[in-house]
Amino acid sequence: MTLMKSLMGAAAAVALTAGAAFAEPALIFDLGGKFDKSFNEAAYNGAQRWANETGGKYREIEIQSEAQREQALRRFAESGANPIITMGFGMADPLSAVAGDYPETKFVAVDVNWLDIPNIRQIGFAEHEGSYLVGMMAAMASKSGTVGFIGGMDIPLIRHFGCGYAQGAKAVNPDINVVANMTGTTPAAWNDPVKGSELTKAQISQGADVIYAAAGGTGVGVLQTAADEGILSIGVDSNQNHLHPGKVLTSMLKRVDVAVYDAMKAGDAVETGVFTMGLAEEGVGVAMDDNNKELVSVRMNDAVEEARKAIINGDITVVSYYENDSCPALQF
Amino acid sequence: MPKWADVVLIPLISLMLAAILSALVILAIGENPVEAVKLMVSGALGSTYGWGYTLYYATNFMFTGLAVAVAFHARLFNIGGEGQAMLGGLGVAMVCLYVDWPHWSVALLAACAASMLFGALWAAIPAYLQAKRGSHIVITTIMFNFIAAAFLNYMLVNVMRPQGSQDPATARFPESVHLPTFQSMFSTAENTVFRGAPVNITFFIALLACVVVWALIWRTRLGYEIRAYGHSETGAVYAGISPVRITIVAMLISGALAGLMAINNVMGEAERLVLNSTEGAGFIGIAVALMGRSHPFGVLLAALLFGFLYQGGAELALWASIPRELIVVIQALVILFTGALDNMVRMPLEKLFLGMRKRAE
Repeated sequence: MTLMKSLMGAAAAVALTAGAAFAEPALIFDLGGKFDKSFNEAAYNGAQRWANETGGKYREIEIQSEAQREQALRRFAESGANPIITMGFGMADPLSAVAGDYPETKFVAVDVNWLDIPNIRQIGFAEHEGSYLVGMMAAMASKSGTVGFIGGMDIPLIRHFGCGYAQGAKAVNPDINVVANMTGTTPAAWNDPVKGSELTKAQISQGADVIYAAAGGTGVGVLQTAADEGILSIGVDSNQNHLHPGKVLTSMLKRVDVAVYDAMKAGDAVETGVFTMGLAEEGVGVAMDDNNKELVSVRMNDAVEEARKAIINGDITVVSYYENDSCPALQF
Repeated sequence: MPKWADVVLIPLISLMLAAILSALVILAIGENPVEAVKLMVSGALGSTYGWGYTLYYATNFMFTGLAVAVAFHARLFNIGGEGQAMLGGLGVAMVCLYVDWPHWSVALLAACAASMLFGALWAAIPAYLQAKRGSHIVITTIMFNFIAAAFLNYMLVNVMRPQGSQDPATARFPESVHLPTFQSMFSTAENTVFRGAPVNITFFIALLACVVVWALIWRTRLGYEIRAYGHSETGAVYAGISPVRITIVAMLISGALAGLMAINNVMGEAERLVLNSTEGAGFIGIAVALMGRSHPFGVLLAALLFGFLYQGGAELALWASIPRELIVVIQALVILFTGALDNMVRMPLEKLFLGMRKRAE
């Protein structure tokens, strides 16, 4: 500990003598809070990994209200933090108001990819592509011909997940029945495992035997109930296969942690522009590890691998929900 | 007990108790409470920027506090301020988006009318159910909060969201309906004040609302009827006051006031309607009204206090490593002591004053 302290002290001294060119990065979590077992926590993990590897420090805030989005951006920018990393699409509007006032500061916006501002690194994830692959796996693992989708809050982003999933399932079995439910219409829907559990039971009674949860903390209840009832589930964002080994078919990975880690590592030299993290960039993907090895047959693995390549080289096009605010494979 | 003790001493002692407990909690997680208080005070009151946020939050809480207070006077517990403010926001968004306004002042008047109308409408149904069917207003208003959230979600996701946008929110309101902020109103050429803060002209409307509510409750016949009904329903009926009419009218006023909050957060701050625009201000309004003893001036002071807690809490979250859950704990302690544990302070104090009076005699 003392060694660590003196090391850090030395590092601080070096930084100070370097003429204050060193700037701390800052991380702004979305309303869900940093321990949401999902999106924000992935960012936290990425930031912690950077902090542990480099011994660096970063500023952070978990915003509590809409008015704080712009406030946090301005305060961090004025204090010299660089880069400032923001989580969630809700930051797009405040960023477009603030970023222009601080041209020297680099901003990194996760889940935003439609702004036209030079000093923002915008990172969008192709969630529909990853969801397509887990949809294929669900359809191949299903014996009943019915698979389920449980979303968190009913917003376009979650429909985007569900839409890719349904397309993947239908690509394997055109007659498959996809049941989709949303947990709620308020932010509480991100953290309601009890309701997630109830929805899971409801979908089981409709015949679903594989259920994909894209619902933040609510998904914990979905995975638990699915394991209790002896059906398969699919996790989201982080690798959740280990939560119930042998019961979670796979997880749709969204590598927010990598995006945050990379941005912090690049520091104030981070490259700006619009970046889409799809299958090709390994920004999304399916989780294969020891916990789900026995659930994934060779045939399944090969099919997924083939589809992954086909999506990357353009032979398969997964329709994005955003294109015309509707889904060809699923009605919400 | 003298009046000054009731309105000044009790809230002050309650606040002190909450502050002491909060300090202990901060100590327990290994942070310095003195530093924390300094951060909160300087962050919320130490600059025009801090005041700009404090007053912005206070404006929200004044409207919802007044809304709860008016209903309180008729012994109606309106905990649907949240939903009524959401609907008010919908009214404001429709006025700002679908009509072409020549000047913000005209738009503001129309937005006020729309937000009051929508808020009042949302309160009207629970009011009717209470007045005519006896369904308890607490249950119905809180249920209407959820219906409002679902309705707003439907409107934003399916109807009002610009094509292809990923954010469940309306488009930005046109430039012509942007309200003047304190920054644009009070800054001089060489000195920028309230920089970037969201406080806007709505603050004065909130002050005006306080005066109007005071006049309504204590200077009009309707206010007298509301208070009479609140003190004794049978007495009011005996005096020829219709319980149905008073219930509905009080709730309509209450809903209109809650709806009016939307001109501050939707038109003044966000300049578009987002899903989560009310952020619990409707519930804070209950605490504000309790603490303010349902008097508009008390509501004003309590709203300022909660504005301070919100903005001070934000600064604390920005610059100290105090987790946000703890900030909620501090806010909750204040609510607990000023609202729920009122009698804990009141009863010993009453005894004390009684004893003093006896000795004087």
